[in-house]
Amino acid sequence: MKKFTFVLNGRDVEALEGQSILEAADGAGVYIPRLCYHKDLLPGGHCRVCSVKVNGKVANACTMPAADWMVVDTDTEELNEYRRLIIELLFVEGNHFCPICEKSGDCELQALAYKFGMTAPLWPTLSKNPPVDASHPDVFIDRNRCVLCGRCVRASRERDGKSVFGLEGRGIRTRIALDSLDGLGMTALGRNDAAATICPTGSLVLKRVGFTTPYGARAYDKAPIGSEIEKKEE
Amino acid sequence: MVCNADEGEPGTFKDRVVFTEVPDLLFEGMTVAGYAVGASEGIVYLRAEYEYLLPGLLEVLDRRRRLGLLGRNICGKEGFDFDVRIQMGAGSYVCGEESSLLESAEGRRGAPRTRPPFPVTRGYRNQPTALNNAETLCCAARILAKGADWFAAQGTRDSTGTKLLSVSGDCARPGTYEVEFGLSVNKLLALVGADEAAAVQVGGPSGTCVAPKDFGRKICYEDLSTGGSVMVFGPGRDMLEVVRDFTEFFAEESCGWCAPCRVGTEVLLRMLDEIRDGRGTQDHLYRMMQLGDTVKACSRCGLGQTAVNPFLTTLRNMRDIYTERLSAHEYVPRLDLKKAVAFSEELAGHRSEVKEE
Repeated sequence: MKKFTFVLNGRDVEALEGQSILEAADGAGVYIPRLCYHKDLLPGGHCRVCSVKVNGKVANACTMPAADWMVVDTDTEELNEYRRLIIELLFVEGNHFCPICEKSGDCELQALAYKFGMTAPLWPTLSKNPPVDASHPDVFIDRNRCVLCGRCVRASRERDGKSVFGLEGRGIRTRIALDSLDGLGMTALGRNDAAATICPTGSLVLKRVGFTTPYGARAYDKAPIGSEIEKKEE
Repeated sequence: MVCNADEGEPGTFKDRVVFTEVPDLLFEGMTVAGYAVGASEGIVYLRAEYEYLLPGLLEVLDRRRRLGLLGRNICGKEGFDFDVRIQMGAGSYVCGEESSLLESAEGRRGAPRTRPPFPVTRGYRNQPTALNNAETLCCAARILAKGADWFAAQGTRDSTGTKLLSVSGDCARPGTYEVEFGLSVNKLLALVGADEAAAVQVGGPSGTCVAPKDFGRKICYEDLSTGGSVMVFGPGRDMLEVVRDFTEFFAEESCGWCAPCRVGTEVLLRMLDEIRDGRGTQDHLYRMMQLGDTVKACSRCGLGQTAVNPFLTTLRNMRDIYTERLSAHEYVPRLDLKKAVAFSEELAGHRSEVKEE
């Protein structure tokens, strides 16, 4: 693959042809905040948290291919305001009650809220209180905590060769659909499927292992989100 | 070669005039465009609400086939093969966005695609696709007939030619008008008989709401850009209610794919309701502006990027419609305490003391 350079936060970095801005930044040790993106999946462009400035215009880093003419800024006050606001919107769209959630400390949404200094709920709450589906023996889905990142949809198709999840409805009524009307238990989802563990929040969770690692000893209790990528810089 | 005939912007009905009055001009434009880009397949994506126009359009296509203007070796020219089929839409506003239109035309959920790649690289069924508006294709046919100089002599330097406007609302002569680019709002208002206009929505809800002080502005790409919808509001109209309705429209039509548009439009609508009901504060306006900027900057397609325009443009141009309804209090709680304790009261079987304001 052809190599080229582009300007990222004021310095020249190398990228491979076909890489997105986000992938190229990862390679260069620059963390661009993201939520719906997952390195093992095709990008979805759902959350827009990875919005960056390309030659002064906002672009979505996980779906925009890097190019040699680009001057990219990823960490400006303006962008970080956008990101915090989007995260706040995701919090009011659902019902994210961190203190009792088994994902707390491992939750990417929570970790981003900390990173961007979300303090108080400022927006009207929209939660519709959808029921929890615990019909599957090993996995449950709680749509109160869903941010519609589409990771489970993509993982089921791309990694598991199934099509357990999909998006249905439109606008604020959009929700994760299952390929069975009789609940998660009647779908082809297996405990070891990529889709079963790829959720960034506590929406799609394995049963019985939620507290194997205690609060306080979890991924983002030890280091803020993104530090695994930034570390490479040294 | 795809013709976007999904005119769905509220207040626009100019393409309908093309389909009913001069459908041959449109198909001629498509054929010419097909020849230019080397396409042999043409698709008209017709908005669901225009299904009643379908039989008439199919007749026109049949007649053009009989006359050798569609099909194989068009006009006797060896190898010039082009035909048109009509694909009905299913009633979604976002399918007027080019990549959603293609998704829908292929039989999938009408939601935008990731761009790039743009349709000219990978469009309908992954083939390179030229996708244009019905009006543009009509212009192409007329330019070939009358010459580029004739076209370029009209309009302004950066917006050559003419524009079809569908004018509706509080005016004596609503309808579709063909005007030269560069026409001022004032002159348009005189043309349609709207002497008392209090506001004009140029470009539909996703466009700009223009206040009387700006009626000297010109309709063209370098000033007031428009897809053709012009709505006139008289002095009796409640503009906050108008903004609210437009915002509700976008929240309803959001495809739900990306977070800023899906949640942002709905939150904006709730906050507009709070202001309407006298429960808004100065802080509301500040936050709604932040919200608007974010949704505009970060949304995935044109719907979200413009959905906040009704609010943002009126906040700039006619701030009074908001400030006159704000509560005198610095803070109005969203929680209605009396309502919140009502259920507990019922359970407990006795009443709580809730202090009045």
